[in-house]
Amino acid sequence: MTPETTTPVDSPFAEIDAGLQSYSHTWQVFHGQKKLIVSAGDLYNVMGQLKTAFGFSMLVDVTAVDFLEYAGAKDRFEVVYQLLDVEIGTRLTVSVFLNEPSLTLPSMYPLWTSADWMERETYDMYGIVFEGHPNFKRLLLPEEFTSFPLRKDYPVQGRGERHNFPVLTRAES
Amino acid sequence: MPLQLSEPDADSMGRREGIWTLNFGPQHPATHTTLRLSLTLDGEEIVQGIPDIGYLHSGFEKLGEVLDFNQYVTIVDRMNYISPLANEIAWHHAVEKLLDIELTPRTKYLRTIFAELMRLHDHLLCVGACILDLGGATAFMYMFNERERIYEICEKASGQRFHTSFTRVGGLLFDVEADCLKMIRNFVDTFEKTYVDVDRLVTKNRIFIERTQGVGILTKEQAISGGATGPIARASGVTRDLRRDEPYLAYNDLDFDVICASAGDCFSRYQVRMLEMKESIKIIRQALDKLPAGPIYPPGSGKEVLPDKSQVYRSIEGLIHHFETIMPNRQPKVDKGGLYAATESPNGELGFYIVSDGTYRAYRARTRPPSLIHFALFPLMIRGCTLSDVVAVLGSLNIIAAELDR
Repeated sequence: MTPETTTPVDSPFAEIDAGLQSYSHTWQVFHGQKKLIVSAGDLYNVMGQLKTAFGFSMLVDVTAVDFLEYAGAKDRFEVVYQLLDVEIGTRLTVSVFLNEPSLTLPSMYPLWTSADWMERETYDMYGIVFEGHPNFKRLLLPEEFTSFPLRKDYPVQGRGERHNFPVLTRAES
Repeated sequence: MPLQLSEPDADSMGRREGIWTLNFGPQHPATHTTLRLSLTLDGEEIVQGIPDIGYLHSGFEKLGEVLDFNQYVTIVDRMNYISPLANEIAWHHAVEKLLDIELTPRTKYLRTIFAELMRLHDHLLCVGACILDLGGATAFMYMFNERERIYEICEKASGQRFHTSFTRVGGLLFDVEADCLKMIRNFVDTFEKTYVDVDRLVTKNRIFIERTQGVGILTKEQAISGGATGPIARASGVTRDLRRDEPYLAYNDLDFDVICASAGDCFSRYQVRMLEMKESIKIIRQALDKLPAGPIYPPGSGKEVLPDKSQVYRSIEGLIHHFETIMPNRQPKVDKGGLYAATESPNGELGFYIVSDGTYRAYRARTRPPSLIHFALFPLMIRGCTLSDVVAVLGSLNIIAAELDR
């Protein structure tokens, strides 16, 4: 079963659908999980509305997917946000599709502080830039690393960066 | 530990006199694993604490795109190595959701028992090590002794003490034998004694209380906005537990309480973990009483689930079935799409976002690691505390660097 595109009729997703009329969006359902797909330009406003008007108080996860080798995919990258309403327990997936060369998204840090490290990790692994982030740099890999290792065009064995790290001797340090 | 005066910095507090920088880690006994803190101190007071991570980054998520659903279990249990089986359960929980597999009642109960044993496993080390860092070695020894008994149960069940790789898609590696269940029963019955010992040693200990009460406070708003889950969120008054709110495995049939506190300091995190251990014992006891008989793999299941080992060794059909599940060119087709599934691991919400491209391996296997999200809250919690509080806050956060960096 591939994800089907439907407009939800059940609460609270039908209300969300009605509330977001002014933004172009589509819905996908996969194994009962609802995914809201919006455009990069609308993302910040949609997320702000989801937080303030629909009570999604927690940003559980931020990640990306590289669709380079995915059969039938139209876009290169997808950035996926998992939202949670802590009081009721409703979950919602929000996703944005991105293509080179414009791999930029607004940072969600002003809305949820948990976006801080997760956005930095997404940049670290995929090279997606989050604008408005207070401290935007690599999280796990060294600053001087040049590639984005979770992209599909990066080999599993690496490109030898690890063996070519500058070595400091005791006398030099 | 190398001490150095910080360089005068134009845009930070570096202009104030007496401000100095201290490097904490990457190799420090109280970090337990490899992580570095860059602390800016005013005398003994912490002005700013910035974590520097990535020392243990080893590309687990990239490997998740190469290994199939059964193989990757050997990697996920190396993420949080103090409760490995909980990660395996979380990973296969997500895979089974993707493949739409309903577990047999016996597997559900056995996984519940092991998930709760892992919660004890984690909390015993976390609480024990926190006390050890604050100067109480006795309680740590008592608690580690209990951990040793859980290791023995894991060894009995799976043949491995540490990285058990015990779960399989739709089932378990082996069924658990009667003498292993007896070991678990014996563990549950005698755990109380250690619990009471530690409780009496620590909970009312004045030194421990003064080092942890009011230290490293995380408010409810900060916890929700920062994405905190598990014992850390519950100690700050977020009444959320996936075992109750999104019941999986056998938790729906079992009676237990969700432990919460409201202070949000190190002491309430200690209390939440201690009381959760009691609840885990309660859950294991009920699950052992109710444990149903029957197969561990769903009967009549397709190629996506491995056959029982007895069939593989004794029948040609079983062998073919095994072959078709293992060989990449014969593996079953999977629905295309992405989904997120989470379980309540000892440390918080451990989720996996799996994207499938139709093959029997993940196209993308994202881990939502609770340690990473909790450690991002560290600068917030440590501001205004003293240097000696760093170990208390770190200990109460239970940061596992392998899960942090993956």
